[in-house]
Amino acid sequence: MATSSVSKGCFVFKPNFKKRKISVPIEDYFNKGKNASEDSKLRFETYQLIWQQMKSETERLQEELNKNLFDSLVEFLQTSHSGLWKNSKDWSCEIKLREIPTAALVLGVNVTDHDLTLRSLTEVLQNNVTPYVVSLQAKDCPDMKHFLQKLVSQLMDCKVDVQSKEKESVQVIQKNVHYSMDSLSAWYMSVTQKTDPKMPRKKRTSSSQWQSPPVVLILKDMESFTTKVLQDFIIISSQHLHEFPLILIFGIATSPVVIHRLLPHAVSSLLCIELFQSLSCKEHLTTVLDKLLLTTQFPFKLSEKVLQILTNIFLYHDFSIQNFIKGLQLSLLEHFYSQPLSVLCCNLPEAKRRIRFLSANQCENIRRLPSFRRYVEKQSSEKQVALLTSDKFLKEETQSLLENLHVYHKNYFLVLRCLHQFTSSLPKYPLGRQIRELYCMCLEKNIWDSEEYASVLQLLRLLAKDELMAMLQNCFKLFQSSSGKELGNTAKKIEEFLAQFQSLDETKEEEDTSQSQSKGLQKTDLYHLQKSLLEMKELRSTSKRQTKFEVLREQVVSFVDSLVREYLLPPDTQPLHETLYFSSAHTLRQHLNAAPRIALHTALNNPYYYLKNEALRSEEGCIPNVAPDICIAYKLHLECSRLINLVDWSEAFATVVTAAEKMDANSVTSEERNEIIHARFIRAVSELELLGFIKPTKQKTDHVARLTWGGC
Amino acid sequence: MAKLASELAKTPRKSVSLNMKNDPKITIDIPQCSKGHSSSDKSQLKNNDKSEFLSTAPRGLRKRLIVPRSHSDSESEYSASNSEDDEGVAQEYEEDTNEDILSQKIQAQNREVSAPVFRETPSKKMKREKTSHLVEKYFEAHSSSKVLTSDRTLQKLKRAKLDQQTLHNLLSKVSPSFSAELKQLNQQHEQLFHKWMLQLHLGFNIVLYGLGSKRDLLERFRTTMLQDCIHIVINGFFPGISVKSVLNSVTEVLDHVGTFRSVLDQLEWITNKFKEDSSLELFLLIHNLDSQMLRGDKSQQIIGQLSSLRNIYLIASIDHLNAPLMWDHAKQSLYNWLWYETTTYSHYTEETSYENSLLVKQSGSLPLSSLIHVLRSLTPNARGIFRLLIKYQLDNQDNPSYTGLCFQDFYQQCREAFLVNSDLTLRAQLTEFRDHKLIRTKKGTDGVEYLLIPVDNGILTDFLENEEEEL
Repeated sequence: MATSSVSKGCFVFKPNFKKRKISVPIEDYFNKGKNASEDSKLRFETYQLIWQQMKSETERLQEELNKNLFDSLVEFLQTSHSGLWKNSKDWSCEIKLREIPTAALVLGVNVTDHDLTLRSLTEVLQNNVTPYVVSLQAKDCPDMKHFLQKLVSQLMDCKVDVQSKEKESVQVIQKNVHYSMDSLSAWYMSVTQKTDPKMPRKKRTSSSQWQSPPVVLILKDMESFTTKVLQDFIIISSQHLHEFPLILIFGIATSPVVIHRLLPHAVSSLLCIELFQSLSCKEHLTTVLDKLLLTTQFPFKLSEKVLQILTNIFLYHDFSIQNFIKGLQLSLLEHFYSQPLSVLCCNLPEAKRRIRFLSANQCENIRRLPSFRRYVEKQSSEKQVALLTSDKFLKEETQSLLENLHVYHKNYFLVLRCLHQFTSSLPKYPLGRQIRELYCMCLEKNIWDSEEYASVLQLLRLLAKDELMAMLQNCFKLFQSSSGKELGNTAKKIEEFLAQFQSLDETKEEEDTSQSQSKGLQKTDLYHLQKSLLEMKELRSTSKRQTKFEVLREQVVSFVDSLVREYLLPPDTQPLHETLYFSSAHTLRQHLNAAPRIALHTALNNPYYYLKNEALRSEEGCIPNVAPDICIAYKLHLECSRLINLVDWSEAFATVVTAAEKMDANSVTSEERNEIIHARFIRAVSELELLGFIKPTKQKTDHVARLTWGGC
Repeated sequence: MAKLASELAKTPRKSVSLNMKNDPKITIDIPQCSKGHSSSDKSQLKNNDKSEFLSTAPRGLRKRLIVPRSHSDSESEYSASNSEDDEGVAQEYEEDTNEDILSQKIQAQNREVSAPVFRETPSKKMKREKTSHLVEKYFEAHSSSKVLTSDRTLQKLKRAKLDQQTLHNLLSKVSPSFSAELKQLNQQHEQLFHKWMLQLHLGFNIVLYGLGSKRDLLERFRTTMLQDCIHIVINGFFPGISVKSVLNSVTEVLDHVGTFRSVLDQLEWITNKFKEDSSLELFLLIHNLDSQMLRGDKSQQIIGQLSSLRNIYLIASIDHLNAPLMWDHAKQSLYNWLWYETTTYSHYTEETSYENSLLVKQSGSLPLSSLIHVLRSLTPNARGIFRLLIKYQLDNQDNPSYTGLCFQDFYQQCREAFLVNSDLTLRAQLTEFRDHKLIRTKKGTDGVEYLLIPVDNGILTDFLENEEEEL
């Protein structure tokens, strides 16, 4: 093999330059994999288009969500800095002069998303506050020297951006400078003095109001910095604060307490800390879902299982939006890769156009869709024949079906949000607090068949008037904001309900008075009294059920119920839903949330799972003696406790293997056969060592230690 | 036959039958999944019960009932995590410990929140019992410092020692079994090549796991797909590999002359280079990303940063049981992995062929032969000196606190045997030994040098026998 050698471990392959130029376009990989590659180019293009749109949408969302945080941060930086410089004669500011303004930014445990947030923060700061923004990571700064070195070099780079003329001189400096705070402040002085009189920065009008812009230092992962470096840096820079206006931003993943754990009081008293909290990642997820999946903007949809997996990975593994987006990207890719009809997964006019150009093969694909077959079965026999034989008729039908599907989605999301309005504030949240939980349930099955839904209706029947009205109001707004015509009268109906509720107040009062009048007591005997009391009781109970408010409430509930039953059908009842919905949850889990240990165990414990040979079929827990050597060795090692005697192990192995070989014709001499078996044992053992099941030990001669425990 | 084997093996009587019962634990996980279901069902059921109750309850009671809401809420979330595992056969196994804690919590809450409807408890209890059983097993295995195993050693067996070559020869005589099925498995994997290329280009990196060497598979991938691309193959199992050499080969591709001050500098240079020139494309194939030399935190960080570059495509394989523990969330997001299971059942021939990956005891012939070779090139006096040291070490082999021979004593002994005439000549000899890694010196607590031969005692005995035969 070209890549095995006993003297080196890296092999570089560099083809001729000319050859390299002819690189294969990515689309080629897209269609070659599958034999039946229909419209693969188009599919790939659609994939890229949708993915780009989704990506930019999420980025936009992220920006929007971070806006509040950034605004307050910028404000803090501006005030703290200007306070530092303007009225420095004030005594309180004298004290403050020693304190480094610090923003502690609590970002949450989703470490992977921090980078993105901090990057956009840097951008914002550079545009609004100061050109001198430096961000450092703990892994770059193991000690003070590296810390300063990084700081200086990044600062110089900042400057180079501003004035590219001095590039050469900067480079010279970079090599010679002995990195220290002194040199840094000297550099700062020279830069600010040089630029100040000229005022070269035009676009930064806001920052030019200060004589000198501050230097913002972002410590991306505050927790992982070494305490000593941090302490030293803070002490030193506080000494230089008057000539080197520094502002710190700590990125914190855990909790603000960590500052005091890392820094002793003497050091933390040099900081003037203000706390900022970033948006919780759960809310972030909700918004992303809301804008990417619960909308008709993107035709691509996820099935219930897939969505469940993605949210579960998010909630139980990492809280990372980035990973969630990655999962979304993967499912998008898989969908377009594996489903030939995903060609139709685009906006409606384009899809209609594409239908016209579908090949005969693709028409066949449509006919094979389970949802379409179910649809055909429901049609009249002539139509059935037409659908199954004429491509032209099929295409027309497909167009109308797709249109229906789009309308279905439009209504679906409206009604879903409406239902969410009603359920999200109920006690105990029978249908979930977040809209994604509700969405998952609705995707899975007919929501009205579930017991939770029944309990929701019951709870709705108990609502007070003001609660109910608030919900109706929200729904009304929802329906009004949408332009859909199909649900136009729904909005009207809700409005009517609202009006009726309002008018209810007056009528109710009247009722009360009329009732109290009739309650005038007359003198009667005991029998009559009893009778009238009974009557009154009956009257009261019936009248209670029949108060106008209750009647109206009942109407609202049944109205909601009818909406749900009409519009919240699960998507798999819709014909052609396969074109838009990605449902292969299994692949997604395999590639995103794999379990290597399980795979190893299954391969070792039950080789039949992979090697479909009848000889390997066995009862649970047993292993046939013809199984691969490593499986037998593994099985035998399971019987031992912490230490394994190699001699015993090898003999047990030999026994098993010999038993297996006796079935074959025995041709080799026994001595040689024994040697071969021993060699096989050695191989199996060293493979188990490589896999990490055992390791050599010195506790006892010729023993190995087991690294796993228990029988599995 | 396993029974037979263990009987012959005289391993302590943890009989096979007992094990047979324990082993299917994983496969039994299928019902366990349904357990996950049932627990979630149950919580829903309970919720319903309560809400129905709620709807009929008068107002005052309602208020009281709302209070435990938080409990049942969190509970339903936990059970969702259970039902997540409805497909993967034994997915739970990996997160076992986690979920155990969860399930225990759930149970605790159940007790707290509601008394009625405990229809499902037996299954839950079983699960708990099972896990506590597992835990007990751990302590069972690790509680007593004494482990009962037989005292037999390999040295008594004649065929115990094989060198690499004979091992290879012997194994080549074994006819491979199940070749048809293995071929089928491999073909399945090979069908994925195009998909891998696609996904690599779209910004994912690919990691292969599963039993069996993935070297051949990756090699086929390389020869079929990467002929026209620049690519680097890295044998992680090579004992001399380091991140530095990985980075060096990358810079070699980029035609860099000169050196770098540090690994970080080098990484930065590479990053800049790739950012400047978007037409550059580089495939990295790493066999055994989890090998001894590459599994360190820093190495992984650097390789992760390399792989996160847009135009570097990484496809790697892992074999170790606990390999995924190398990566925390930050690193995982750098790598941006897509996992592919490629169980091949091929033997790890190349991966285990390096001396240090085999159990040393079985391949002791190599140190022995090198010992003989080195000693032959020395003067008779030097050989005598070394033999003295060996004998002293063998005399003390039963002494657990033996740290080595003190230099002064050694000098004395050598003088008495007329091997050296001064302190200096002995030191000169020792330097030579040390250069060949035949001895190791250690400073004791009292500041005196101690000399030790870092070779197995069994080999030393063999060596002495050998020497005597020759004389």
